[in-house]
Amino acid sequence: MAAPKFDNPIVRWIDYRLPVFTFMHHEMHEYPTPKNLNYWWNFGSLAGFMLIVLIVTGIVLAMNYTPHVDHAFDSVERIRRDVPFGWLVQFIHMNGASFFFIVVYIHIFRGIYYGSYKSPREILWILGVVIMLLMMATAFMGYVLPWGQMSFWGATVITNLFSAIPLVGEHIVSWLWGGFAVDNPTLNRFYSLHYLLPFVIVGVVVLHVVALHTHGSNNPLGIELRGKQDSIPFHPYYTVKDFFGLGLFLTIFCLFVFFAPDYLGHPDNYVPANPLVTPPHIVPEWYFLPFYAILRAIPDKLLGVVAMFAAIAVLFILPWLDRSPVRSARFRPIYKQVFWLLVIDCLVLGYIGAKPAEGWYIHIGRLATVYYFAHFLVILPLLSVFERPRPLPLSIGEPVLGGGGPSPPGGGSAGAMERA
Amino acid sequence: MAATADGAGGDGVTRRDFLEYAAGGMGAVGAAAATWALIDNMNPAADTLALSTTEVDLEPIEPGQSITVVWQKKPVFVRRRTEAEIREAEETPLDSLPDPMADTERVQKAEWLILVGICTHLGCIPLGQKGTDEKGEYGGWFCPCHGSHYDTSGRIRKGPAPENLAVPPYRFLDDTRILIG
Amino acid sequence: MRNRLIGAALAAVRGLAVLPGAASAAGDGPQPPEREWSFNGIFGTFDRAALQRGYQVYREVCAACHSMRLLYYRNLMQIGLSEAAAKVEAANAFIVDGPDSEGEMFERPGKLSDRFVSPFPNDNAAKAANGGALPPDLSLMAKNQAGGPDYIAAVLTGYADPPEGMEMSDTQSYNMYYSGHRIAMPPPLSDDLVEYADGTPATVDQMAVDVSHFLMFAAEPQLEDRHRLGVKVIIFLLVLTGILYALKRKVWSAVH
Repeated sequence: MAAPKFDNPIVRWIDYRLPVFTFMHHEMHEYPTPKNLNYWWNFGSLAGFMLIVLIVTGIVLAMNYTPHVDHAFDSVERIRRDVPFGWLVQFIHMNGASFFFIVVYIHIFRGIYYGSYKSPREILWILGVVIMLLMMATAFMGYVLPWGQMSFWGATVITNLFSAIPLVGEHIVSWLWGGFAVDNPTLNRFYSLHYLLPFVIVGVVVLHVVALHTHGSNNPLGIELRGKQDSIPFHPYYTVKDFFGLGLFLTIFCLFVFFAPDYLGHPDNYVPANPLVTPPHIVPEWYFLPFYAILRAIPDKLLGVVAMFAAIAVLFILPWLDRSPVRSARFRPIYKQVFWLLVIDCLVLGYIGAKPAEGWYIHIGRLATVYYFAHFLVILPLLSVFERPRPLPLSIGEPVLGGGGPSPPGGGSAGAMERA
Repeated sequence: MAATADGAGGDGVTRRDFLEYAAGGMGAVGAAAATWALIDNMNPAADTLALSTTEVDLEPIEPGQSITVVWQKKPVFVRRRTEAEIREAEETPLDSLPDPMADTERVQKAEWLILVGICTHLGCIPLGQKGTDEKGEYGGWFCPCHGSHYDTSGRIRKGPAPENLAVPPYRFLDDTRILIG
Repeated sequence: MRNRLIGAALAAVRGLAVLPGAASAAGDGPQPPEREWSFNGIFGTFDRAALQRGYQVYREVCAACHSMRLLYYRNLMQIGLSEAAAKVEAANAFIVDGPDSEGEMFERPGKLSDRFVSPFPNDNAAKAANGGALPPDLSLMAKNQAGGPDYIAAVLTGYADPPEGMEMSDTQSYNMYYSGHRIAMPPPLSDDLVEYADGTPATVDQMAVDVSHFLMFAAEPQLEDRHRLGVKVIIFLLVLTGILYALKRKVWSAVH
């Protein structure tokens, strides 16, 4: 990279010794970004922002939190009631976890729609799935810390999943607990790990961004950049667009924090943990509901756990299940439809996960589970062979091949993403 | 393309500059406000502040006796001085003191001496509260850490401590009760 | 085009958000009727008179069995009591403190920095005195029950004769809104059970509403701060986002 000329002598002095400014210039000004990215590309930077918000508020919360079964619940209430702005920090952290998942799930579905996991971005995608797994572990352990009824029973149910492992299951569970039930040792180790894992996530995010900047962003057309006319510098174009998106996002986020802070939570977590009384409906936080539904869809304990983890594991091999050379769903008429079916399927799984496992809910849950795996393991490989993609444009600057008119026939059926 | 966005004539540049300054300014204000919430978060909480005063019942204290009460997590010495101790404190010439201060300035009622029991040298708790304690050469308190001697008015007389023992803010609620803080 | 995209994003967020809300609302029994509360809405504040009446009901009726251990007597100044009046309330309570210099526990009058005194020394004593049922702590009642204050008011006014064929034991009462309808708490309120200092007629409904109002305060004493700051923050963000949108359009005007 050619070092840019800096006017400020202090900047020059530092940059000669530690080229941080050259690095920033390279990543912000020279880094070529496709000029046609739509608003669905905002969610990556939003996720990064939420990660920082959660780490900062978490560090501040830790200053007043007491990880002990006798004091944890009261210390959280003390933060809400007596610590200056403690209620604000706590509500931001609590709702921030939910919004982090909202942002990341949209980010993931964007990647699926536009084929962002395809060559040469497979490792970028896999690192993203690793981040999601780490987020889930962190969120799960964080939810235990307030030591309410849902904290306790959620921890009990999820750790008991490991008892499904043949032969050593019971030992593993007892090892996870550090005792014979979820108790003080469990709370302490969860606290320790809840503090640690976010920094591991930061590390993987750095790798994720390095991988991203190696080949640059995918784009809504899913085609390679053909030259300078197809790209624009990240700054100021995408910085200002990201900031605008951030403002909009923060407005929605703050509506929840200030006016509906408990909407995404569960009332039972305002009851202190009681190991002798199980609440009538144990439900995980909403962002785990689809996976919870898959777990319950299978009548066998071990297989249910396997299926739940397989639902995430299948994402790791997604780049090799979908062999179609065309990335963007815009040019894959059938894939576009099954994409939306997958979205609906995940929403259905989420709905089922929130319902008691009885009656029709079980059947719908099983159907949705089967479809989830069929999408990845059957439909995608078949589509790679049988689907006939639409002609790709030659470049971003010239989006349509000659002859076809300004938009493909049947444009009326295009979804919101398509028009963006 | 970047060039045309930046370089467009007169009106366009002004408008963009204005928007950049407005957005930057507001963003900075918002970030500062959020940071303040996080900083204020570390200040004493309401339950801590509620314990900022301590009430002491003086009735059970005999002349010559001292008790230690806790005020804002610090030890406070409450001593009911004998006539001899009061006379000694009052008659000490001020020019013999490292930190000159008249005894009358240090008490509200001569009988009751109220002091923060923290040595002004390096924060140890001086001895002298119990009858069996060493009270130092001047009959008040003696700090075992580095050998500071305090007199019956809590003033530093000998040793490394730079200042007299501090007098906390207090007031008499009635003849037998004081409120510290 | 962009607006439609933003709209779609908003709808997606809302769609995800609706799920757990719908889930937690699921329960048996009739839905508690929704009442008008002054603390609802983005500008909502507590009604000080209602809070004080509600506190009176709590102290004179509920506190015989129910603890409220997360509240301090100093919190009473937030419901409009003067410092002197709050001190009197505190001093009426006897706090077990100690050990003193002889190693004995002793009782002393309460101070503003003390927590509300619980009626029973521990849960087992509370159960033993109440036929085996534990009267729950009321500090967070308005947050840990689906329906919150609506639900509390509904249960307090929801006692009725059991329907035909429903057997009730001696220690149970029929309640329209309680899950399973069998509640161990006998009807706690009756008309004119308390005499309100401000002369408000103490009907069962009035007392139920007042104490629910107070329990909402107990569950979240900082609710008014939250609303006040929230309004400012949202206005600030809307303006900032508007400016950022204008700037974004300006910066991007040369592209395409």
